[in-house]
Amino acid sequence: MTDAAWIDAALTSARPQAVGALLRYFRNLDTAEEAFQNASLRALKSWPQNGPPRDPAGWLIMVGRNVAIDDIRRSRKQEPLPEDEAISDLDDAEDALAERLDGSHYRDDILRLLFICCHPDLPATQQIALALRIVSGLTVKQIARAFLVSEAAMEQRITRAKARVADADVPFETPGAVERTERLAAVAAMIYLIFNEGYSASGDTAEIRAPLCEEAIRLARLLLRLFQSEPEIMGLTALLLLQHARAAARFDAEGALVLLDDQDRALWNQKMIAEGLALIDKAMRHRRSGPYQIQAAIAALHARAAKPEDTDWTQIDLLYGALEVMQPSPVVTLNRAVAVSKVRGPQTALEMIEPLASRLSNYFHFFGVRGAFLMQLGRNDEARVAFDRAIALANTSAEAAHIRMHLDRLIRDSQPLGVKAGK
Amino acid sequence: MLYAILCYHDEDTVGSWTSEQDAAVMKKLAVVQEKLKKQGRLGPVARLLPTTAATTLRKDDPPVVLDGPYAETKEQLLGFYLVDCKNLDEALDVARDLGAANPGGAYEIRPVGLFQPGSRAT
Repeated sequence: MTDAAWIDAALTSARPQAVGALLRYFRNLDTAEEAFQNASLRALKSWPQNGPPRDPAGWLIMVGRNVAIDDIRRSRKQEPLPEDEAISDLDDAEDALAERLDGSHYRDDILRLLFICCHPDLPATQQIALALRIVSGLTVKQIARAFLVSEAAMEQRITRAKARVADADVPFETPGAVERTERLAAVAAMIYLIFNEGYSASGDTAEIRAPLCEEAIRLARLLLRLFQSEPEIMGLTALLLLQHARAAARFDAEGALVLLDDQDRALWNQKMIAEGLALIDKAMRHRRSGPYQIQAAIAALHARAAKPEDTDWTQIDLLYGALEVMQPSPVVTLNRAVAVSKVRGPQTALEMIEPLASRLSNYFHFFGVRGAFLMQLGRNDEARVAFDRAIALANTSAEAAHIRMHLDRLIRDSQPLGVKAGK
Repeated sequence: MLYAILCYHDEDTVGSWTSEQDAAVMKKLAVVQEKLKKQGRLGPVARLLPTTAATTLRKDDPPVVLDGPYAETKEQLLGFYLVDCKNLDEALDVARDLGAANPGGAYEIRPVGLFQPGSRAT
């Protein structure tokens, strides 16, 4: 690996810890980011000459802090003095090394940095954009590309989000156990959102949006390293790995969606699957179940099946049942119905989803699944109505194309035999 | 004499490599491995999954299972086993059996992501 590539990777990996610590010192996001930026510039000059430091994050924190303090001192001479409280523990820069080595703040610094991004006032898309910018250090251009919007629009979105966060009270005191758990849950939910933003891409944009999935996995792993005994964080990381392992098989050459049953399982990433399975295995031992663990366990059952017909649908049905109790939602029931159709047949499954009709009347997947059940039951006219509705509600061209494939099959099958044979 | 070469690196950094960067490193390593393999000198090669997938068994009485990698620096790595297990529970059972035979210290249990048997004639 070249110097530049190595430094780039080191800066990226040190970023959450360094910006988190700098934020604690300066209590201002812009100052912290600028300090990190300055430290990174010095690293680009110094590291190739002097060799990489043993602890890149520690180096960046020290240098970033010193440069920022120098800047503040310089501006003090020119301007009226700023309030001392504006800069926390300005005079004990020497202690920084000792403090860094003790590392007790490390966890909460990173958690705080992530937690700021999930401020409840921010809409989900702004939370994600902010986290990718501040924590992951992606450029505005990279984020704009992943979100399929212009750079200017993304710049504005991030600036607005930052302003809103700056106005809010950022909690700097070390969190208590309950608070820490709450922060952890909020951050986990945000990481899941980042992943979904990438995962719900259509075939033509999947490659562009894949970095969102990869970034979410990186953040989940980071969180898990900080909170090693949290089964739900193990579950979240496992879930993301097991889902992303199928990325290469989810779209065909034309960008059309390939359903699980039809995917070429040789394309699944076995390395990610191995890590995901190891993690869910580890999580289950705690006997403290949660929604991420259950979803990961379901993904694990799919991953373990070498062929679609090997899938343990009975177990998947049970797991969805447990998820329904924990997180009642019509979407969960809809997913469960797919498992039920495999175990107890399409009639039972159809009866299960009928009561959801009013709540999912605008949900693409509801009509896709309903159409599929009706088709299996040979109720082709009704199936066609459901598929038509699904196409109207499709979010991506890949979704629409997939349903159209079903429709084409229905039309083909309903043609009189003679016509078909004559072709 | 057989020598074990144990690989250490900053996991944050390795985890930040793109899959292309990772593949490039593995490719360069493969060249070195191939040379040793042809000479019949290469034993098993393993790449472990990240420490997030690790579990530690402290060989106290009774043994204590902890999440995460082995973190103490006071004790040194003395050796390792590769054991085929269906799941973590099975691996922990093996570790407990070994621990009963040799109490004190700890076992770190890490799933293996990549395993190559090597070329050395036994």
